Amino acid sequence: MSVLGLSRFQFAMTTIFHFFYVPLSIGLAFTVAVMETLYVVKRKPVYLRMAKFWGKIFLLSFAVGIVTGIIQEFQFGMNWSEYSRFMGDIFGAPLAIEALLAFFMESTFVGVWMFTWNRFKPGVHVIFIWLTWLGSTISAVWILAANSFMQHPVGFKIDPKDGHAKMTDFWAVIGNSQLWKAFPHVISGALMTGSFVIVGMAAFGLLNKKQANNREFYVSSLRVAAVIAVVSAVLVIVAGDLQTQQIISDQPMKFAATEGIYNDTKDPAPWTVIALINEQAKTTKGIEIPAMLSLLAYHSIHGSVKGMNTLNHEMLQQFGKAHPEIANYFVPTNVLFWSFRFMAAVGFAVLILAALALWFTRKSKNTLADSCWKLWVLGVCLYLPFIGNTGGWLITELGRYPWLVYGLLTIADGVSPTATVPSLLFTNIVYFLLFLVLGGVMVFYSRRTLHQGPESVDGDAEDERVVVRASARHAERKVALA
Amino acid sequence: MSMVDFLQLLWFFVIALLFAIFLFLGGIDFGVGIATRLVARNGDERAIYMRAIGPHWDGNEVWLITAGGAMFAAFPLWYASLFSGYYILLFLVLVGLILRGVSFEFAAHSITDSERNVWQWANFLGSVLPPFFLGMMLTSLIQGVPMDAKQNVHAGFFDVVNLLSIVGGVAVVFFSFVHGLHFLSLKLDKEDSRHMLNVSEKVYWIAYPALVVFVILAFFFTDFYQKRTWSSLFITVVILAATICGHVAATKKRGGWAFIASGVTLAGVIAFIFNGMFPRVMIAKDASKSLLYTTAVASPYTLKAMSIVLCIFLPIVLVYFSWSYYIQRKRLVYAQAPAVSAAPSQV
Repeated sequence: MSVLGLSRFQFAMTTIFHFFYVPLSIGLAFTVAVMETLYVVKRKPVYLRMAKFWGKIFLLSFAVGIVTGIIQEFQFGMNWSEYSRFMGDIFGAPLAIEALLAFFMESTFVGVWMFTWNRFKPGVHVIFIWLTWLGSTISAVWILAANSFMQHPVGFKIDPKDGHAKMTDFWAVIGNSQLWKAFPHVISGALMTGSFVIVGMAAFGLLNKKQANNREFYVSSLRVAAVIAVVSAVLVIVAGDLQTQQIISDQPMKFAATEGIYNDTKDPAPWTVIALINEQAKTTKGIEIPAMLSLLAYHSIHGSVKGMNTLNHEMLQQFGKAHPEIANYFVPTNVLFWSFRFMAAVGFAVLILAALALWFTRKSKNTLADSCWKLWVLGVCLYLPFIGNTGGWLITELGRYPWLVYGLLTIADGVSPTATVPSLLFTNIVYFLLFLVLGGVMVFYSRRTLHQGPESVDGDAEDERVVVRASARHAERKVALA
Repeated sequence: MSMVDFLQLLWFFVIALLFAIFLFLGGIDFGVGIATRLVARNGDERAIYMRAIGPHWDGNEVWLITAGGAMFAAFPLWYASLFSGYYILLFLVLVGLILRGVSFEFAAHSITDSERNVWQWANFLGSVLPPFFLGMMLTSLIQGVPMDAKQNVHAGFFDVVNLLSIVGGVAVVFFSFVHGLHFLSLKLDKEDSRHMLNVSEKVYWIAYPALVVFVILAFFFTDFYQKRTWSSLFITVVILAATICGHVAATKKRGGWAFIASGVTLAGVIAFIFNGMFPRVMIAKDASKSLLYTTAVASPYTLKAMSIVLCIFLPIVLVYFSWSYYIQRKRLVYAQAPAVSAAPSQV
């Protein structure tokens, strides 16, 4: 175990765990906002109940998202201080702006939204959840701006005095072509995640025999969420395609690895559906569809794709002088190859499942609620988007190996020189256990909320009246006084 | 003074201001969390205390995140040295913030009293650890730490844990506690409100000897009174005056004034530390290796961009941030749980 290995593991662990909750929160906030908007427009109480009930799941996810997010900001300095020194001039700005523009907005308005159901008219109250969602979406813009610089540095110069990157063009940093390709993909993925989780949970709700009286509630919830899931799944696929074009031009090694291509392909290039990849021998044996990769990569039936062997050779020539310590530029090919396939499969699976859910709940023939196996499939599949999201991040971050900032700073050069193995081991273990507990409790409470059913949101007190347990003797005295 | 000099100075001030605002607001939440164990008598009282900060604690914490982000953007070398140098302390702060951050939502979802108790304990621990370790970090770094030529901090155990830093940690916890009590006195109904100020009035008596000890220790452990004599003395007097005012206000049951006074005390601690460090941002044992704000600073271009963003958006944030306090200014009252459901309390 080395400082570098442990630091990488810790960052990967916190990022992956954090990124379970970020897309979930953004997607849930959006879906809940849509439900509350429907209530404002149609004035049917079921929509209000929906917003309140699924809002509880949103708040759970939001809480875990916040506490894991604060680790992210701190650990750039704590674990990657050389990196912070190298590009703080550029990376710090989007991070600070994210706090100022996005975090204040989401945290303030979520607090207002939670506790003012009776204080404001529905038409006003709904604005708060939209602002919460907007805040979290703006946050995605800025953190992706920072990440995009690491993938594709623009708008900077290297200061000859200290060797650090300095910002020369703010607009170039936030106009980064990577950013505006990544953002639509990430945000539509988030909407897909949140809405599809509601589809799955509503399916579980329909399976609960004790809640037969809530059938209308769950079917309506499922339909609203499924519409969002279908639209966002289409968007995530289209946006993913656009982002791929960008990766082909900016990070060809990443692209070649997601396709498991070692040697330059023929023209037109065939697409490998699944394959056995040997990273040592650098061979790929798999099932191929002729000309499909040219179609995917260039939207044309012509064009060959450069293989990793060629790209490695090119990168060695390009960076050899500045980084003689790097023996080769190969990335973890198996992980990227399979991450991509899982991610893509999830996108299509969600699209099909959500569309089928809509079809089987159509007004003329609403049979979904009576079909146990269909509900089970929908319910279990609510975990799919998390696999897709994780796959996406593995591709993005492992695909820039060995770079921390593409072409400028290696991962090994970014780590804190003061970090020690014992302290890192300690923090890794504690974080791991904490995440395990938080994730477990979050799932447990979500399931229990579902089990309690929407009745649990009906008895809300007035906003400034706090409900206490009737059983507590002290409380009874209090109520009498009040 | 050139434009660049001005911006560098401005951002040093902004960082100090952000930390001061955080301690003022975050201190409320820490204090309320501490009160849930030291003052509250049962789970329901704990729940209503937590409800009092329920809508605000997250926004308050964002001031810390903003301070960290702004330090990263405006003084990357400071951020890198400080955060990597105080690895374990900051890790412990994070653990505390994690425990507290989830406790509100998890307690609201609890059904049984013992289950709720677990998350109320998490809230308490999450309210004690962060102010203690933050206070410890701040009072450790003003004593000077071993730094190498590349500005890496190599702090040994006794650089971090010593008499002044322990007193510093305890002081921040202590003043947060008083501050939280004052906030609760503004949020709870008449009888409880009085009770908060009664407790605060008694607790204040510990403040005076503690302050004297702190000033004496600061005199011997730091160079503040030698290097920045008049400003350090002035801030010390302000802190002392605010403490006395807070005590008097608590005695006279004027919660609002007491709250402002205890907040000034907390912000004064930050002012004392940043003023004393100036123009250094990291004080090295070997004075020649100290990191100055003029060397830790980001490029003039980044500072300019950040200044424009700050000038546009900070006022907007302040407007809706204060509005969220204003619309939720009503005192909380107890209500009976609806008979029909086993709904968890709306913490």
